[in-house]
Amino acid sequence: MIVDRCKECGLCINVCPQKVLERGNEFNIYGYRYVSPKYIEKCVGCRLCEYICPDFAIYVEVDGL
Amino acid sequence: MDIIHPLDRYLRTDRLPHIWCPGCGIGIVISAMLRAIDRHISEGHFTQDDVATVSGIGCTARATLYLNFDSAHVIHGRAIPFAIGLKVIKPNLKVIVIGGDGDIAAIGGNHLLHSARRNMDITVIMVNNMVYGMTGGQVAPTTPMKVYTTTTPYGNLEYPLNLIKLVSSLNTNYVARASVTHPHLIERYIYNALSRDGFSFIEVISICPEVFGRHIGFRNPVELFNKLKSMIKFKAKPSIDESDIVWGKEIVLGEYVNEYKSGFIKLLYGS
Repeated sequence: MIVDRCKECGLCINVCPQKVLERGNEFNIYGYRYVSPKYIEKCVGCRLCEYICPDFAIYVEVDGL
Repeated sequence: MDIIHPLDRYLRTDRLPHIWCPGCGIGIVISAMLRAIDRHISEGHFTQDDVATVSGIGCTARATLYLNFDSAHVIHGRAIPFAIGLKVIKPNLKVIVIGGDGDIAAIGGNHLLHSARRNMDITVIMVNNMVYGMTGGQVAPTTPMKVYTTTTPYGNLEYPLNLIKLVSSLNTNYVARASVTHPHLIERYIYNALSRDGFSFIEVISICPEVFGRHIGFRNPVELFNKLKSMIKFKAKPSIDESDIVWGKEIVLGEYVNEYKSGFIKLLYGS
């Protein structure tokens, strides 16, 4: 996550098939409660959140690729 | 700024975060476009210096400000004439026109017709959010019927302009429709459009929760996204007759025209 680019639209939470992401309780410098990958161990690396993020805030790095 | 995101080398990161509202679909289109260009560059078809982006006025046209390519931000609706001039004088450039439906379909509609008629070698990406977003949600030529906007409080009574049918009737090489709910399709269509000569037109159905969704009861970006996703239907070979947009019914995605005619530049300069 690049937290200062997040605008809290929630599209990434909506599209994630594994429900990895969750809206956090902390604020970034623009006052948005940014999304955090709370259940990162469930992630399968499908990159749907990276594709759907309109703010270039999320990217997925998969080990071993 | 350091390169953190994989697409940061194509972005002016000191300008980010961008001005678009939370949940706006334009950022999804831009990131899909950058992935398509990145795939072309990694396959060695052209380099980053060979890409030029042109845009007019509007929310979508702000995109050229954030893209790290040679870019021009010209007057309202005149992005396509500028792009034609650029392409004719520098034929090895890949010229991409990004615009909204107000810029490309409404005020620049005539330029769209005539560049499509000439089969000019440019790629036009039209982000269709079905409303004039930047000026406060007035009715646009692409607004579907019976939809409430700021200037149609009793529902829109005008038939919308169907750009797919219009551009398909001209001498074009590639006409496709994608949607922000399926970003992989946007990437694939832009990749296909950039790998051929001639005029290619991609309409991307986008979401505008701030001024379009507000009047029709989907203020939350996620609700509007899911509503649009429920209407989307993908077909491998759709017919042009089923391309009409009616709010609440199916919106058919796919490649409507897919041909390999020679473009204007090849006729002008020879092979």
